[in-house]
Amino acid sequence: MPLTIPKERWTAEVQTATIGATKDEGGTRTSTVTIGGEQTLPFLHFEGETPNRPVIAMEVLDEIPTGWPEPLAQHYEDVWGDPAAWARKAVDEFGADLICLRLLSADPDGGDASADQCAETIQSVLEAVGVPLIIWGCGNDDKDNDIMPFCSQAGAGERCILGAATEDNYKTICASALADGHLIINQSPLDINIQKQVNILVTDMGMDLGDIIMYQITGSLGYGVEYAYSILERTRLAALDGDRMLQMPMLSIVGSEAWRVKEAWQPEEEAPEWGPLERRGIIWEIATATLFLHAATDILVMRHPEAVAYVRDHIDEMMSGQPI
Amino acid sequence: MFVIGERINGMFTDVKRAIQAQDPAPIQQLARDQVAAGANALDINVGPASADKLGAMQWLVEAAKQAVDVPLCIDSPNAEVMRVGLEAAEGHAIINSTTGEEERMEKALPLAAEYGCPVIGLTIDAEGVPRDADGRMEIALRLVVACMEQGISTTDLYIDPVILPVNALQQVPQEILNALQMCKALANPPPQTVLGLSNVSQGALHRDLINRVYLIMALANGLDAAIMDPLDTELMDAAITTEVLLNRNVYCDDFLKAYRK
Repeated sequence: MPLTIPKERWTAEVQTATIGATKDEGGTRTSTVTIGGEQTLPFLHFEGETPNRPVIAMEVLDEIPTGWPEPLAQHYEDVWGDPAAWARKAVDEFGADLICLRLLSADPDGGDASADQCAETIQSVLEAVGVPLIIWGCGNDDKDNDIMPFCSQAGAGERCILGAATEDNYKTICASALADGHLIINQSPLDINIQKQVNILVTDMGMDLGDIIMYQITGSLGYGVEYAYSILERTRLAALDGDRMLQMPMLSIVGSEAWRVKEAWQPEEEAPEWGPLERRGIIWEIATATLFLHAATDILVMRHPEAVAYVRDHIDEMMSGQPI
Repeated sequence: MFVIGERINGMFTDVKRAIQAQDPAPIQQLARDQVAAGANALDINVGPASADKLGAMQWLVEAAKQAVDVPLCIDSPNAEVMRVGLEAAEGHAIINSTTGEEERMEKALPLAAEYGCPVIGLTIDAEGVPRDADGRMEIALRLVVACMEQGISTTDLYIDPVILPVNALQQVPQEILNALQMCKALANPPPQTVLGLSNVSQGALHRDLINRVYLIMALANGLDAAIMDPLDTELMDAAITTEVLLNRNVYCDDFLKAYRK
């Protein structure tokens, strides 16, 4: 007897977003990235279209990282301190689809870098690589509001993604994105209701739905990731069910979350039962990334080149629609 | 909830006047206002405005179509008027309506199949409207079977169990709530359900309040669509809030605004 595979009938699809602008489009990118447009849950090709593959953004810090375990640090020691060189390595050697530049040096409790310094860093990264850019502030609201207009201006016309608008702090970043033709990350805690509220606030400011990327703060494997999965999945279900205010593509931060858990860095002599340190963090990052991929994430922000390569292969397999 | 705006109906004086004067502006304003207020489709009913029902329907559909892009719910018991309306709407329409009477189904359902559009089926037969939910379900089942025979998906059939005025038949609103639940067991996938909401308060004093409370009750019993006045803000707010409370829409602080975006 032939097996009939049941199919869900969805009424809507995810917004499509294009990041980056080429010379013809008013920017200088040599490649752009288009995400979203899904008509079904991840990789259910028999049920609906998945016109654009999920992508991997690799993280570049604008300061020398502290506390990175050796298995991760060894890949970046030669370039950290030079964001342009770091970005170039991520693209040329590790195949990053986008660069996620985190302006941690602006933090008043850290380097307290000025808006001009941040703008200069952005310029140098834009010149170093041809892929689109995610520009993410330091996380201090006041300081981010000081630097973001300058950072945005430094990438004007390049269709970068600016991060991040939150429920309590969205006006400056939103106005900057609108003025300079960028997209925006709408950030919330792991809470679909607050995510939706941020989306409303930002669209009230005039942002197009196609210029918004959603980001709910998630952890990593072993730290409530099942709950994160269910919330991201619920967000996507609402999108496919026609909720326009939850129809934007989603981003997940994987690298920094995976590498800060003790399983990724605790020395072998302290936890011999966990196996070799050089593999643990990579496996942790792969497992976390894969899980978010299947929860409907469109952009994964990652760190370790081996994890990136593995997850890229996995995306290839899943997009092929063939049994694996 | 699928909202079918009820205001373009020749029973209303402003619409009647516009039809008689062949002035599209008031019709188009009503069309735009209803869609902006949350209507997903617009009912189009010539009513008593013109003796030339065919010409009036065609004119009304074309006027509305120029203003909005939602499906038009062609509201007429007459098959010829229906065809003219469907033709003018280029199939971007809903048939309103057929009853469970053979001769009505024989005319309306082939049109639904031909134009590929959903159809509203009233639970009325030659003997009129049944007294209770069971009687309504007998007719609903006939409609479901007739649709299946015509190759019309059950999800494109909207069963209207026919609400009657509460001031005349006070037992009916509860029977309708039962019927709404029973409809979902008629087929898999089940047909949709719709009500001509304002009928419940016909001739009563506190019409807005009755409409609002009954819509909430009907939604809680599984109602999918309503022909109603989307320009009644309190009615729309009540419906939106009900859907949030029933977990059919994701809550956020600005949930009323979110629905209207």
